Amino acid sequence: MRCRKCGEKAVINMRQHKLALCKPHYLEWIPEQTQRFIEKYRMFSPDERVLVAVSGGKDSLALWDVLVRLGYQADGLYLDLGIDGGFGYSSESHSLTETFARERGLTLHVVDVSGEYGEDIPALAQRTRRGKGKPCSVCGLVKRHEMNRIARDLGYDVLATGHNLDDEAATLFGNTMQWNGGYLVRQGPVLPASPGLARKVKPFCRFYERETAAYALLRGIEYIYEECPFATGAKSIYYKELLNQLEKEHPGAKLQFYLGFLRAKKAGLFAERAEEQVELLHACPTCGQPTSAPGQCAFCRMVQPASR
Amino acid sequence: MGAKLILRKKEYEVPAGITVRKAIQQAGLNPESVLPTRGGELVTEDTMLKDGDVIKLVAVISGG
Repeated sequence: MRCRKCGEKAVINMRQHKLALCKPHYLEWIPEQTQRFIEKYRMFSPDERVLVAVSGGKDSLALWDVLVRLGYQADGLYLDLGIDGGFGYSSESHSLTETFARERGLTLHVVDVSGEYGEDIPALAQRTRRGKGKPCSVCGLVKRHEMNRIARDLGYDVLATGHNLDDEAATLFGNTMQWNGGYLVRQGPVLPASPGLARKVKPFCRFYERETAAYALLRGIEYIYEECPFATGAKSIYYKELLNQLEKEHPGAKLQFYLGFLRAKKAGLFAERAEEQVELLHACPTCGQPTSAPGQCAFCRMVQPASR
Repeated sequence: MGAKLILRKKEYEVPAGITVRKAIQQAGLNPESVLPTRGGELVTEDTMLKDGDVIKLVAVISGG
């Protein structure tokens, strides 16, 4: 297979775009497309400061790499979750992220969850009802809270995450299966800032997961290959496999599913419920972040006993 | 002699003379979920397998 742009040997074929590219042209195409998505969805401008949430995985490190190549003021945030899984998952991903930042002279902020709150994710999960059985819900809550806290405390204009199209399509599939209207209406490439909450953007939301992996490999980015030990059996992975079955037979199915959803949303197919529109958010008395009910937010209720 | 696919620590024997895509499918895997590499370099799925070829597959699905 030959590169469509120069006729040299291709390294990747993207069937949904009917596009095969060689290494140099692929490494140009990814930043070009990222820039196109940033502009199309009005994610941020060159004069804004971007905080990239990096996990040590392929997507977030590739995103950071691309944003820096595009000339954006992009710093990293790594949350050390204290997950071991018998192979030092967190310490390995932390080390890879530190190396990535050091080699490129980039600024990396690190929050050690255990150091900050006295307990790591597995310990928090074990102690609380939210984490009963699986710590993923606790982990999600901690990540959302801490990413928002750091972005706001350090004065960043926007928080960028490495979510790719497979992540978005799997989330969309899950929310559609459950007709979860509240989540559907909020899903998109940009979550605008609101009082107490930083703007969140997903510049990779239209790249397939194999494309971000290919970019990381071709750029020589060392990322954590092993999956989070708690991700085994996760529904999101199951949904991704299901969608890839569909994609195998119908190239472009995942992309159309997501883009069709965005078009439908723009056309007003999903409307906020009246009671949600007028729902008042309260500021958590401990951390100041918004919460739906008066009193402490879910995060502060969870970590307070541990940090006392 | 044939060729070999490797995904994580698992090996799959596949015949030579077929494409990488066909070999991945014959091994019961989904080509959408992996990236094929040979000698550390990415290859496209229309690559014809030769006797003795070792194709290392990079799993791309992540999340939780």
